[in-house]
Amino acid sequence: MIVELARGLWTTLRALIFEKKVTVQYPEEKKPVKQRFRGRHYLDRYENGLEKCIGCSLCAAACPSDAIFVESAENTDEARYSPGERYASTYEINMLRCIYCGFCEDACPTEAIKMGDNYELSFTDRRQAIYTKEMLLVPVPPGGKPTPQVTPPGVYTRSVPEMKDPVD
Amino acid sequence: MAKLINLKINGKPVSVPEGTMVVDAAKKAGIDIPVFCYHPKMEPVAMCRQCLVEIGRPVIDRATGQPVLEENGQPKLQFGPKLETSCSTPVSEGMVVITDSEKARAGQREILELLLTSHPLDCPVCDKGGECPLQNLTMKFGPKESRFLYDEKHHAEKHFPLGDLIFLDRERCIQCARCVRFQSDIAGEPVLGFSQRGRHTEIVTYSDPGFDSVFSGNTTDICPVGALTTADFRFGARPWELKSSASICSQCPVGCNVTFNVRREVKAGGGYVIKRAMPRQNEQVNEIWMCDKGRFAGYQYTEADSRLKLDSPELDQALSQAAVKLAESASQAVFLAGGRLSNEDFYTLKQFATRLGAKAYLYTRHGGGEYTTRYGLAPGSNLGNLGKGDTVLVVASDLYHEAPLWYLRLKAAAKRGATLIVANARATKLDEFATFVIRYSYGDEVETVKSLSSKEKVGEAIKNTHHLVIFYGADGLGLTGTTALAQACADLFTSLPVSQTAPKANNGLIGVWSTPNQQGALEMGFAPCADLAAELKDKTVYILAADPAGDDPTLAEALKGAKAVIAQDILETETTRLANIVLPAAAYTEREGTFTSGERRVQRFYPAVPARPGTKADFALIAELAKRCGIDLEGRSALLVMNQIVANEPAFSGITYAKLAEVTEQWPIIGRSDLFYGGTGYENKQGLGVTLSLTPGVSPQGRDKQATLLSPSPAAKEMRGEGLRPKEDELLAVPITKLYDNGTTVAPAKLLAAHIARFDGVFVNPATAKKYGLENGSQARVSLNGVTYSASVLLDESISTGVVLIPRSFGIPLAEPAFVLLTALEPAQEA
Repeated sequence: MIVELARGLWTTLRALIFEKKVTVQYPEEKKPVKQRFRGRHYLDRYENGLEKCIGCSLCAAACPSDAIFVESAENTDEARYSPGERYASTYEINMLRCIYCGFCEDACPTEAIKMGDNYELSFTDRRQAIYTKEMLLVPVPPGGKPTPQVTPPGVYTRSVPEMKDPVD
Repeated sequence: MAKLINLKINGKPVSVPEGTMVVDAAKKAGIDIPVFCYHPKMEPVAMCRQCLVEIGRPVIDRATGQPVLEENGQPKLQFGPKLETSCSTPVSEGMVVITDSEKARAGQREILELLLTSHPLDCPVCDKGGECPLQNLTMKFGPKESRFLYDEKHHAEKHFPLGDLIFLDRERCIQCARCVRFQSDIAGEPVLGFSQRGRHTEIVTYSDPGFDSVFSGNTTDICPVGALTTADFRFGARPWELKSSASICSQCPVGCNVTFNVRREVKAGGGYVIKRAMPRQNEQVNEIWMCDKGRFAGYQYTEADSRLKLDSPELDQALSQAAVKLAESASQAVFLAGGRLSNEDFYTLKQFATRLGAKAYLYTRHGGGEYTTRYGLAPGSNLGNLGKGDTVLVVASDLYHEAPLWYLRLKAAAKRGATLIVANARATKLDEFATFVIRYSYGDEVETVKSLSSKEKVGEAIKNTHHLVIFYGADGLGLTGTTALAQACADLFTSLPVSQTAPKANNGLIGVWSTPNQQGALEMGFAPCADLAAELKDKTVYILAADPAGDDPTLAEALKGAKAVIAQDILETETTRLANIVLPAAAYTEREGTFTSGERRVQRFYPAVPARPGTKADFALIAELAKRCGIDLEGRSALLVMNQIVANEPAFSGITYAKLAEVTEQWPIIGRSDLFYGGTGYENKQGLGVTLSLTPGVSPQGRDKQATLLSPSPAAKEMRGEGLRPKEDELLAVPITKLYDNGTTVAPAKLLAAHIARFDGVFVNPATAKKYGLENGSQARVSLNGVTYSASVLLDESISTGVVLIPRSFGIPLAEPAFVLLTALEPAQEA
C-alpha cells in the first residue's frame, strides 16, 4: 500500500517540480491567440483609407444569430466612403448575440469584416454590447485619408475587387 | 373555348388550349423552363435563347394522314436536329417536350455562360441581388465555372439615370428587351429602345425628359437582371431582409393591389419603415402592374414630417372638447368626409351622424354617385374580359392621368377588339388607341352623350354591343356638370338593349373619382353638398380626410364663419391649421380596412407598419368621439365594424373579411420561386376582393332626396344648353386632373417633386398664349371671379384656343368651369 501511495505522490511531485507550468497570470500576462482565432470583429480599410465594406449586408444574411444590422447608402465622388456605388451607412454588431462562428467573414465579398484577436469583451449594460461602425472600423492607415473622401471621378467604379485565391 | 391540345412534357401529360406556347404549357404543368426575354404578358420574341428544349413531334404518314406507329404501338417521334425555343413554339397534338435531358440542359447552360461573359457580377451591391432571375437561373441551370477570361469582360456605364425615377446599369443589361416591349406593347409609350449593335447594344430613352412614362416602375419588376432599378429603393435594403404586407393603393379609384415591403431602420429608432411598393397580382384589377404614382407616392406620406400627432392626454382632451362641441350642436353639426376614408370609417361616421342628428356630406367635386351605385358594374365583371363585340365609352376623362391602370386595361381591351369610344373636349393619351374619338366643346358633354345613339357608326357600336362599360370623369366639369353627365350616361344606359335584362357582368357606369373610396361612401348613401359654403355657416363642422380650406379660399372663409371646426386628418393641411380641434388619424398603411374601387370591388388592406404613437384609425376616433357624446358605436376593430356594415348596408350584404381574403388560382403564375417567369411582382395570397351586388333602380336610402338637392343652378343650366362660349377677351377656364398633383398625400413624395412641378401652371394653346403675349413658362395673371392668381403658363397644342386648363390642387380654386381673364405678369418683349 505504501508503494502505491508513494507512486501516486511521485506523480504529483514530478508535475510540481520538473514539468513546465501552464497556468498564466491573466490579466497581467496574456497568451497570444492562435492564427485562426475568432475574436471581436473589425472592419478593414484599404491602404488609401477607403472602407472595404460596401454595405452589401451579406454578413447579416449569413449570420446565424442575427447579430449584424446593416443599412447602406450611395457613394458620390464628393463624399466617398468605399469604392463603387454603395457603402454601409449603418453597421452594427450585437456582441451578445454573436456566436463568433466566422460566417460573416466567409460571406464578405470584399474581406472587409474580419475577426480579430480581441476576446476581452465585457459589458455592464446591454446597449454597450452593440458595436457601431465607428467602433468596428480600424484606424486610417498611415498615408491614407479618413472617410468620406473627395475622389476623382471615374476611378473608384468597382465595388468588389477582383478576388485572388485566399492565402492563409 | 379553344380546342385542347394534348402533349407530354418530361413524360407528364398536359392538355392546354390551342395556341399556347410550350413554355406556358410547361408552367401550367408545374415544370419550369428558364426564360429571360419571354414574359407571359407579352408576345414572344425568342431573343435570349434561354428556353431551349428538345421537341419531338409525331411522324405523320403523308399518304394516310395518320401518325406512323412504332413496333410497340406508340407513335413514332421525330426530334429536331437542334434544340428549339419553347417560348416561341406553339403546342401541337402529340408533341413530346424534354426540358431536362442532358442535351437540353447543355443548351441552357451554355446560353447562361454566354450571358455571364459580360455581366459584371456585382451582385453584392446590386438592388436585384436576392430576387434576381439571372442569379437564380445561374444557380439552378448555370455552369459552375466560366471558360471566358475575366479581364475580357465588357464594361459600360454603371449609373445612368434613364429618367429621374429609374436608373440603368448598362453592364448588367442582357438585352432581353422586356422593358422596351413593355413600354411599346403594354404601356403604349414607346420611349425606350436599343442603340448600337452586338456587344455595344444598349438601352436608350428617346423621350425628353428621359423615360417619360407613368408606368416606368414596372420595367424594374420585369427586368430579369439589376439593369433597371428604381430611385426610391436604390440601396434601400436587400430583398431578403424585407417583410411584406398586402395593401391597396389609395391614389385613385382603380384600387390596385400592392404589397408594401417593410424593414426596421435606424432612422426610425429601430421601428418599421415602408421601403417600397410592389404590385400584387390581381388579374381582375391591375394584373401585375401599377403606375408610378402608386409606387412613388403611394405610401411616402406615412413618414412625412407633417404628420399630425398628439400625446395620449392631449388626444383625450381634444376628444372631450370635440365631443362637447358636437353634443351641444347635435343637429346643427355638419360632417364632411373625404373619399380617402375606408368603408369602415364611412359607416361609423354615418351611424354617428344619424344618431346625433347631424348632416353628413361627402367632400367631392365629382357628382353622379346616385347613378354609379345603381348602374355600376355587377359582380363577375372584369375589364380584362372585354373584347370583340364589346363597347367601352370614356367621356370627359383623361384616364391616363386620372386612373392610369384603367387606361392600360382599356388600351388592352381595344387591342383585343373591343370598340373604344373616347369623347373629350381635348386630346388625351387614350385617343391613340380608340376606335372612335369624339371631340366636343367644353360644356357640351351632356349633349354629346345624348346624341351618341343617333350617330351612325358610334350609335351602332353602342346599340349592338354585348357589353357596355361607360367611364365618366370630371375633365372640365364641376359638381353640377358631372352630375348631369352621369345622368345622361345612365339614361343612355337604360335606353339601350344591353341593359334591358337583370344586371349582368361587364356592364355599367364607372365614375373616375379622385379618391380611392368615393364609391364606398356613395354605396352607403353619402352625397356631396351643392352649396357647401352656405351649409357650413354657424355650424359645428367635423371634417375628416379632406382639405376644403386648402382647396378653396371661399370654403376657408366659410369655415372661419363656422361655430367650431374639428379636423381629423393624417397630415397637416390648411384645414387643420384653422381648425379649433385637431384629431390625428392613422394612415391607411398603419391600420386595417377596406376600400371600394370604382369598379365596386371591395378590397382589404392590412397594416404594413404599426400606427404612430398618438394616432388612431379614423373609425376608432369617430367611435371614441361618439362614445363621449353618449352614443355607443363599434370602434374596437375594423372587422367588427364590417360585420355591422354587412348587416345594415344592403349593398354590402354577403361580404365578410374572410371572403375578401379568398384567392383563386390566377394566370400567369407569378412571384413564386420563379421570378424569371413573371417578374418580381407579388403573388396574391391575401385576397382578390368581392364586387358588390347590384339591384338596378334601387338606390340607397335617401339618395333620391339628395339628388334633387343637386339640381344644377339656373346659371349652369343656361350655359350648358349651348356650351360654354366665352365673350371677347375672356377665356373659358376648366378644371382638369393631372396624375402628379399637389394633393395632401402626393406632395410629400419628394422624388416626384419635379414631376408635380411640370403640371404647376395653367395650360393654354400656343396660339392663345401668343395672343396674350405669353410664352411657355412665363408668368401670367389669372383673374377668376374678381380674384387674381399668378401662375406659370404651359403650352399644349392639343387644347382648343379660347380655353385655359387649370389642373386641380395647384392653388387656383376652380370648382366649376368659369370665364377668366388672362394677362401677362410682365409684358412680353416685343418681337
